[in-house]
Parts: sequence; C-alpha cells; structure tokens
Amino acid sequence: MAKNTTRTREPLFHVAKRGQMPLWKSLAIRICAILAALLFCGVLCIVVLGKNPISFYDNMFKGVFGTKRRIWKMLKDLAVLLCVSLAVTPAFKMRYWNIGAEGQVHMSCLASVACAFYLGGSVPNNLLLVIMLLAAITAGAIWAVIPAIFKAIWNTNETLFTLMMNYIATSLVAFFLVVWVPSGSSALGELSAGWLPTIGGAIDKYGYLLLVLIVALLTVAMFIYLKYSKHGYEISVVGESRKTACYIGINVKKVIIRTLIVSGVLCGIAGFLIVSALDHSITVDTVGGRGFTAIMVSWLGKFNPFVMILTSFLMVFLQQGSDQVVSAFRINDTFTSIVTGIILFFIIGCEFFINYKLIFHKKEGKK
Amino acid sequence: MFKKILSLVLAIAMIASLCIAFAACDNGNGGDDADAKDDFKLGVILLHDEFSTYDLNFMNGIEEARVALGLSEDQVIIKKNIPESNDCYEAACDLIDEGCDVIFADSFGHETYLLKAAKENPEVEFCHATGTMAHTAGLANFHNAFAAIYEGRYLAGVAAGLKLNEMIENGEITADQAKMGYVGAFTYAEVMSGYTSFYLGAKSVCPSVTMDVQFTGSWYDEAAEKTTALALINGGCVLISQHADSMGAPTACQDNGVPNVSYNGSTVADCPDTFIVASRINWAPYIKYICEQNMAGKEIAVDWTGTIATGSVVLTDVNTKAAAAGTAEVLAEVKAQLEAGTLRVFDTARDNFITVNNEKLTSYKADVDTDDAFTPDTEVVSGGYFHESEYRSAPYFNVTIDGITLLNAEY
Repeated sequence: MAKNTTRTREPLFHVAKRGQMPLWKSLAIRICAILAALLFCGVLCIVVLGKNPISFYDNMFKGVFGTKRRIWKMLKDLAVLLCVSLAVTPAFKMRYWNIGAEGQVHMSCLASVACAFYLGGSVPNNLLLVIMLLAAITAGAIWAVIPAIFKAIWNTNETLFTLMMNYIATSLVAFFLVVWVPSGSSALGELSAGWLPTIGGAIDKYGYLLLVLIVALLTVAMFIYLKYSKHGYEISVVGESRKTACYIGINVKKVIIRTLIVSGVLCGIAGFLIVSALDHSITVDTVGGRGFTAIMVSWLGKFNPFVMILTSFLMVFLQQGSDQVVSAFRINDTFTSIVTGIILFFIIGCEFFINYKLIFHKKEGKK
Repeated sequence: MFKKILSLVLAIAMIASLCIAFAACDNGNGGDDADAKDDFKLGVILLHDEFSTYDLNFMNGIEEARVALGLSEDQVIIKKNIPESNDCYEAACDLIDEGCDVIFADSFGHETYLLKAAKENPEVEFCHATGTMAHTAGLANFHNAFAAIYEGRYLAGVAAGLKLNEMIENGEITADQAKMGYVGAFTYAEVMSGYTSFYLGAKSVCPSVTMDVQFTGSWYDEAAEKTTALALINGGCVLISQHADSMGAPTACQDNGVPNVSYNGSTVADCPDTFIVASRINWAPYIKYICEQNMAGKEIAVDWTGTIATGSVVLTDVNTKAAAAGTAEVLAEVKAQLEAGTLRVFDTARDNFITVNNEKLTSYKADVDTDDAFTPDTEVVSGGYFHESEYRSAPYFNVTIDGITLLNAEY
C-alpha cells in the first residue's frame, strides 16, 4: 500500500491480504463465527419470538442428539448429503459450475425406481440391486456428461445448461409418475422390491448403517482420488488455469468430460442409495434441494472430502435442530431458513478474516 | 484486542453450553399419576405449512379440536413440511419417541410410510386423511378418513349456478356462454369427484352450463395454477373454481374480475371483489373423535367419512359483494335437502343430469379396494344414485360426464 506523505485523511483501517494462517487459528476463527452466529440467533429468539434463548439452544441440540433415533437420522441425512457433495466436488475443483447435481441425482433415482418397478419380483433382490445401481450410475453419468460435452466442444455455459437439465429431470419424473400410477394420484408409494439389506443386527437398529459405511468409503476414495491420483492433479491444474493445463499437455476437453462422468457416477450412487435404502419410491421432491445444498457443503469444505464431513454435519445439524425449534415453539417454518441463513452468513463472513486482516491506523504521523 | 474478544466469546460459549447441558438433563418423565387426558399426546404430520391452503385447513381444524378438548399446546406436536418419503416414516417414529398416542398425517402420499410405522408400532394409533388402504390393510391401528366433500362442492356449485343465472339475466352473457373453468391438480378420483359435483350443483340451477377443466399436474404450484386459471379465462370461462392448494387461481380471478368459487377456506381477504363462497372439509370433528376414542380406550373406525351432519363438510360465509342476490337462502334450502337425504348429488335417475354420451349412468364399477393394477372391483351405482364415499371414505367417482370438457387429461 503506497502512502501519500501529503496531508490526506487516512481511513480508519485498511485491508491487507494475510499469508498462510496456521490451521488452529483458522479453525478457532471459524468456531468463533459459529458460536457468534448461535448467540445472534439466541438474541433474535428473545427479540423476535420472545422466547427463552436457552430453550432455543436446548431444542436445537435435542433435535439432533435428543434420542438415538435422531442421531441415526442425522447420520443418515449427513451421509446422503455428503454423497451428493462428493459428487459435485471434482467438477467444482475444476472450476466447472455444475449446479445440476439435483437433476443428476433425480434421474438416478428415477432409473433405480424404474428397475424396481418393472423387475421387482421377477429377479432376485441382490441381482435387482446390482441392476438398480448400474442403471442409476448410467443415468447420473448421462445427465452429467451431456452438458460437459457441450462445454468441452462448443464452450456452452454449463451453469445454465445444468440448471435446465434439472427441470427436465423433474418433468420426466412427473411424467413417469403419471404413467406408473393409473389412479391419477401421482403417489407411487413404497415399492416392495429393491431394498438395500441391513447389516450389523442389533447395532443397526434403524437400518442406516450400510448407507453410512458406503458413504464413508466413498469419502476416503474421493480424498485419495483428488489428492494422490493423476486425475486429481489434472483437475487442479485445469481449475487453476486452463492455459497452463494446455501448456503442460493436459487434454482439457478429455479432463472435463471424464470428471463429469465421475460426478455423474457419484450422483448415481447417491440416487441409488436414496431409493434402495430410504424412500423405495420417487416423487418430484425426492432429492429435496440436496443437489444445491451440496454445492455449499463442497465450497465451505474447501473441496476437501474430510472437511466436507464437518460442513455437511453443520447443514444437517442446522436443518434438523431448527426443525425441532419450529415444532417446539409452534412457529413458522421460515425460522429454519432464517437460522440457517444467519449461521452461513457468519461462517462465510469469517472467511474474510481468515484471508485478510484489518490494519487499524492509530494516530496520524505516528506510523 | 483480538485475544480479548476471543476469550470473551469463548467464555460466553462455555456458559451457554453448560446451560444447554443442564437444560437437557432435567427432562425426566414425571407425573405418572396423571389421568389419561393429561398423558395424551397427538402427533401431526403435515406435507406443507400454513402457506398451503390445504395444510392450513388441517391446522385450523386441529387447533379447533385441541381447544374443544381442553388439551394443552404441548399435547399436540405438529411436524410441518414432511415430504412423502422415508422422512414421513422417520417423523412418525420421532413422534412416537416423544410419547404420542395418536399420529395423524394429512397427505395421500404419506400412506405407505405411515403404514410401515403402524406395523412396527401396534400400540400407537395411526390416522391418515385421504388414504385408501386401511380397509384392506388388516391392521387394527391404522385408519383412514375423508369427508363427503362432494356435498360441499355441490352446494358451492349451486352458488356458482346462481351467479351465472344473474349474469345471464343482466345480459352480460347469453345462456350458451355460461361456461365455467376449473383448475384441477390431477385426473385423480378426488379431483374428478370434486369438479363433477361442483358442475352438477351449478347445473341444478343453470341447465345450460358447461365446464372446461384443465389440470396442473401438481397439488401445489402457485404459478401453474395462476396461468391455468388465466388460460381458462381467456378461453371464455366466466367463472372459475379450483382444486389445488395455492392462491394461484383465486388471485388470477381477482386480477381479472372473474367470479371465483374457492376451496379449503375463504379467500375473501385477498379477493374481496370476486370470491363467492368456498367449501371446505372441517377436520376438527374427526380430530376430536380420534382423540376422544383413544383417551377413552375405545376403537377408532377403520374408515371414517365426515358429512354435513357431522360438521365435517362446511361452507364459508357467502360474500354478498360477489355472489348473486339470495344465494345464502338457496344454499340453506339445498343443504337441508342434502342433510335430510331427499337430494342426492350423484343422482343417476334424474333426467338430463348425469349422462355419458347422452345416456344415463346405470352401472359403474369403481376401484374401491386398492391393488397394484387398480382393477375396478365394486359396483357403485344402485338405487338411482352413485354411492360416493360409502364403500370407503376416499372418493372413487372418476367418470367424465357430458357437459364437462377436459382440456388436458394427460395428468
């Protein structure tokens, strides 16, 4: 920052870029931000709702950890969200703005349900699960790779393209619901075939253990893929600078298409898990915005799969906790969005203080 | 400076977390000497929240029942925005963990998930509105309920017919132009039964009336409902009614000055110039009934149909600003006939009333017992009328009769 020696009014402070901050410090700032946000929500709770803030935090906490069932529900929701987040991560790391995970997962769900609907009862369950998985992966990959091909060859805008693909997916689901449910209610209900088995007997009382384990494995795999594989390296280079990538002989088109296939496959697994382990059915809301929340999870987690476990936990915690607050306080559901919004605002805001520092000017002439 | 702030924030956070920990501890279950009423808890699962007219109608009914029964607010736990998925099952289980004795869900698609929870929790009663599976599921703790809302629709239709007559008399339209528009959700029996009874009500006072029906393919899509209503208005419909859950159609009517017969509740606040009357199901009698039965240790009916007599089918006040003169009086008269059973909505014996290809409907097999293939299984026309909501509570009338044109039947 060049400074004028002539008498000019100096601003109160100026902003300077920080160097690398030690991990503990940046973590501390983030934790402070979350605590500050929670405090702010508590204040809001008194001012707007006129309720006891302690009871607000209490309900928030109980909504997630109150019973064994809620803990499992949290783990299950975390696993599904994390799986979708893992799917969008490679593309985002490559600076490819794929906001179509919603549609990619939806198509995978549709493919899985279609297999269960038509083949249920006529093939053994294990074989059916394999077919469902393959169908879901194919559907997800196709839905992801179409915009990627257009991007690679004609440089179309992938944000708009993937967004539009979401709407097509929703309408396709609506169409098949009309075809599959002749009574016209468009409510398919639970299918009896294609259920993912439960493992672990008594430990797995609620039946979500396998789902959680699968996603845990995927998380490790994605970490290794991004950090230690040649593909992962190519993704980072393309993300940093496409020209550098060309210069060092990376085939950018190939990397884009390949990465989006990886994304689509993971969306496929997410869709398969939603259908076979949870819903056993499909509606137009089956994905329920997870494809978009996943983007936030991935960005906040800095594209690091292990950090993303924390960020998806944060999202699920906020949702489940504030749902409980809404139910206990008998207030409007929009409160959930307000709380989530405030906390995200603080978290994203604190990134500023991690990347930059404020330098206060004490007295003029002293410096 | 930074360290000071940090230590301050951390100190506050620690205190806060301690408070949380203490608050979480004193949650033991006390008061085992309380009587059945104090112990009783009702759990409610809603598809949307108060922004949907459909769910708002349930919330109003539940609140009315709660006050009537003298239950405290803590005895009714409501979970909103529960989708028709595994989440519904989870929500039901969570309500059981919270100690609910009766669980009520409001959306058709909740049924299979609720059924799963009912199988696993035989000690808890499950009541599901609009569903069709209870009478064949063979579970002692799973129940369906609906109301004979076609009677309310018929009354609302009478109000619409009177309005059309007034418009004809005033020379605003000719008798041939008396065409109504109807915004429907899906080509589903509940909707078809609804618009047909509405049409028949109008036809009973205005014989030349015809009706166009257009579907949105969604139960709740404000934009689609609005544009569909506009399309109907532009297509020459002079009065609009709807069976979908948002404010889309009523607002389109208010914006264009077209009379509107609403559903689920009065929309007079937003549409003061065009709202005529609305029919709705009042769920309070049913909620009250299930709570009372459970508290008294008595069985809940497997399949319960509310009627005008039980107070389940009601009309809102007539908006005299938009309705034809004398509407309220005529409605009272027709209502009395319906209650007395001297008037049947689906009267197949009446001349020029219910016809398909200009022939009277003398026999119809409906799909009453739900199966995967939706096979028609029960003869429902006998004794000169179509027995709607008698063999099960949820509607099964799904005949397209003369005078009604479906503009898009693909949904």
